[in-house]
Amino acid sequence: MSRVRLLWRKSLNAVMLTLTGVAAFAVVSVLFLILGYLIWNGGRSLNWDFFTQLPKPVGEEGGGMANAIVGSLKLLFLAAVMGLPVGLIAGVYLAEFGGKTFSFVVRYTTDLLNGVPSIVIGIFAYSLAVLPVKHFSALAGGVALGIMVIPITVRSSEEFLRAIPGSLREGAMALGASRWRTIATVVLPAASGGILTGMLLSLARVAGETAPLLFTAFSNRFWSPGWGQPIASLPVMIYTYAIAPYDDWHRQAWAAGLILLGLVLLANLGCRLALRGRGMGRS
Amino acid sequence: MRVAEKISAASEKEALVRFEISDLNFYYGAKQAVFGLNLKIPKNRVTALIGPSGCGKSTFLRTLNRMNETIRHTRVSGKILLDGQDILQMDVVGLRRRVGMVFQRPNPFPKSIYDNVAYGLRINGYKGRLDELVEHSLRRAALWEEVKDYLKKSAFALSGGQQQRLCIARALAVDPEVLLLDEPCSALDPVTTAKIEELMFHLKDSCTMAIVTHNMQQAARASDFTAFMLDGKLIEHSETSKLFTTPTDPRTEAYITGRFG
Amino acid sequence: MSTSATTIDGAVPPKAGPRTFIDRLHDGDEVAHVITLVFAATILLITSLLVYELWVNSHLSRAKFGLAFFWTSTWDPIFDHFGAAPFIYGTLVTSIVSLIIAVPLGLAAAVFLAELAPRNLSDSIAFLIDLLAAVPSVIYGLLGIFIVVPLMRTVVGPALKDTLGFLPIFQGPNYGVGFLTASIVLAIMIVPFIISVSREVLLTVPREQREAALALGATRWEATWQVVVPWARTGIMGSIFLALARALGETMAVTMVIGNDPKIRESLFAAGYTIAAVIANEFTEATGDLYLSALIELGLVLFLMTFILNGLARILIVATERGGGHPS
Repeated sequence: MSRVRLLWRKSLNAVMLTLTGVAAFAVVSVLFLILGYLIWNGGRSLNWDFFTQLPKPVGEEGGGMANAIVGSLKLLFLAAVMGLPVGLIAGVYLAEFGGKTFSFVVRYTTDLLNGVPSIVIGIFAYSLAVLPVKHFSALAGGVALGIMVIPITVRSSEEFLRAIPGSLREGAMALGASRWRTIATVVLPAASGGILTGMLLSLARVAGETAPLLFTAFSNRFWSPGWGQPIASLPVMIYTYAIAPYDDWHRQAWAAGLILLGLVLLANLGCRLALRGRGMGRS
Repeated sequence: MRVAEKISAASEKEALVRFEISDLNFYYGAKQAVFGLNLKIPKNRVTALIGPSGCGKSTFLRTLNRMNETIRHTRVSGKILLDGQDILQMDVVGLRRRVGMVFQRPNPFPKSIYDNVAYGLRINGYKGRLDELVEHSLRRAALWEEVKDYLKKSAFALSGGQQQRLCIARALAVDPEVLLLDEPCSALDPVTTAKIEELMFHLKDSCTMAIVTHNMQQAARASDFTAFMLDGKLIEHSETSKLFTTPTDPRTEAYITGRFG
Repeated sequence: MSTSATTIDGAVPPKAGPRTFIDRLHDGDEVAHVITLVFAATILLITSLLVYELWVNSHLSRAKFGLAFFWTSTWDPIFDHFGAAPFIYGTLVTSIVSLIIAVPLGLAAAVFLAELAPRNLSDSIAFLIDLLAAVPSVIYGLLGIFIVVPLMRTVVGPALKDTLGFLPIFQGPNYGVGFLTASIVLAIMIVPFIISVSREVLLTVPREQREAALALGATRWEATWQVVVPWARTGIMGSIFLALARALGETMAVTMVIGNDPKIRESLFAAGYTIAAVIANEFTEATGDLYLSALIELGLVLFLMTFILNGLARILIVATERGGGHPS
């Protein structure tokens, strides 16, 4: 083994290994960069008006995004009501009752649905809820987001239900509990922590979605009473303001971005930490 | 005191039969695990099931409360009469209220101690003074004194031995006529094992018990009757004292003297 | 210590006799089975309906343009002449270039996390990278517009032109928006997926493999690159396909920085368009049924692309879990 060759291999080793470390830290620093920029630019623009006022007419300075904040909450509520129960109960089916082939088909289809680009889901919701009535609505936006919530909820519910050991089920059945009683009074409560966390994560995911809302919920510069009218949402406002030529709007876009990201990251952080703590399924 | 010595020959003949098993065959899919088993389990006595690993004793025990039905592709044939009624024709939920089970590893629910014991009562529609019954069950399981001030605490806060006694209390709460115990002490220390054997003695008056155990000393100590199984067949069944001192079948003798096992 | 049993007053006595249908219904098990099955079937219903709606609503466009839709490069709403070529081109170019940037970066980071970093550090960094994956697309777009675009215009573009300007892909005017900018933003968005899946896959490579190489005198890098990574290569390929599928469907961040010009151009500095971006921008402006139908047909195309890629990705990842990609 020539000394030169050995030296070459060792230097290559050092260089490459350092590069991998650099890569990892570079990626992580992007996260902090994003946060930093948003806090810097968005924080400066956050004021009381932002949370309480409606957007001002185009071109005028000032105003806020109160309607978008409420709008996002309304849309999330709709998504939760439409998507979470379907996801949970389908998850119960897969974990507790599923037959072999049908379960496979359901799981495959769930994964398929999960991989559909959000804009295509938007098209689907458009054809379901906007075309027939010929106007945009909060309901249509809720349908789009609700569909997106389902696959995530199914997978996580199934996972947490499966994690409950069979001995617990046997203990209940030996006491004379029927199958569904066992599920409802022992298995579900035991898995509830994980399931709820999974649901929260799925809502956090759709809270930031813009594309499916562009032609379902559309947007609104005013309050949107009820469920049948176009409604503003934080992500759509960020998009609209960011691509507009007004500096004031850019400022507000940063602020909205900070709020949105803050909420999404907080929810994710909280949920993931909670999941790590419990170590999956044990209470 | 040796439990077996307390039973006279006369009373043995008079002991009523709780379970009468005739020609029981059990299959896991295509594989047969129990072959033509005939057995009478006497009322208010402890019957031990012994035999080497894989002889079918746990499988057989689990047919008595039809727990094997939770496993797919199992099949059972023959008759199992509980006080004259064929349990295979009975409503299984009602059966399991009358025939309770304690498992090998303690499996308390992730609920409070109180809620664990009350669970069976609640789902069986009992409306009444839960507190009293919970206390009564915990006393029967010899656990009351240790937990009476901590009823709302999680069951997982208890030690292994306490958890198992909690599972016994939980099973007793619905006042079963029969209690099936599937190697209940195998995960426990000797002190706790002794406690459980003692509470079995006290429970006998009100409850018929069948216990699967791989510990022959335990069978000799704690049971009135013993059944020895081998390869899915019942080889010998008689009073414990008789089986352990003068077994009739050579295979029984070989097992209890440790020549195989 | 009381040893006598008490009877439970009021408890439901067990039923004697055979079970009737009403009994079983009372139990609720069959009902529960049916109800949960119906909900599970709803997912099948939704997905089939989705494909159906895409198919039906794109009918006008499919009937008029047929297969030529895929290679026609005009996009003319005024004369109702639509072709998907510029968007397919834009989608593929941005996705592939983003992969070229993201794969080395992501793989390197995954190697670091799986092989070099102590477990605690690795877990913490992986956790942070998972958070990065949760950042909404529109936020990336925001940062794209206000940070990456100016950077591209003032620093990165000129630098590339100075060094590699002889290549056609780096020629032409550079306004900051365009294929390259979109690819860079996309790369950052998909890198977390490559890292997290690859890291997991690398962690499953058996210790003995690594040790065998080291015992033969290989350096750590050689052991990693020549033994560990190849062992996990199927799973890593799967992660790349997953990331690609993600990139294809990314809408907001790309829309905000790609320049929105439906043309096929050589230069990466040029403005372009992707399928997702044109749908996002023009759907609500679409006048006329044919226009809308063409956009929906684009949606169908996108759906098919991601469907195939996701399927391939999963096959690859499952294959790694099974056999490590190596016949033994």
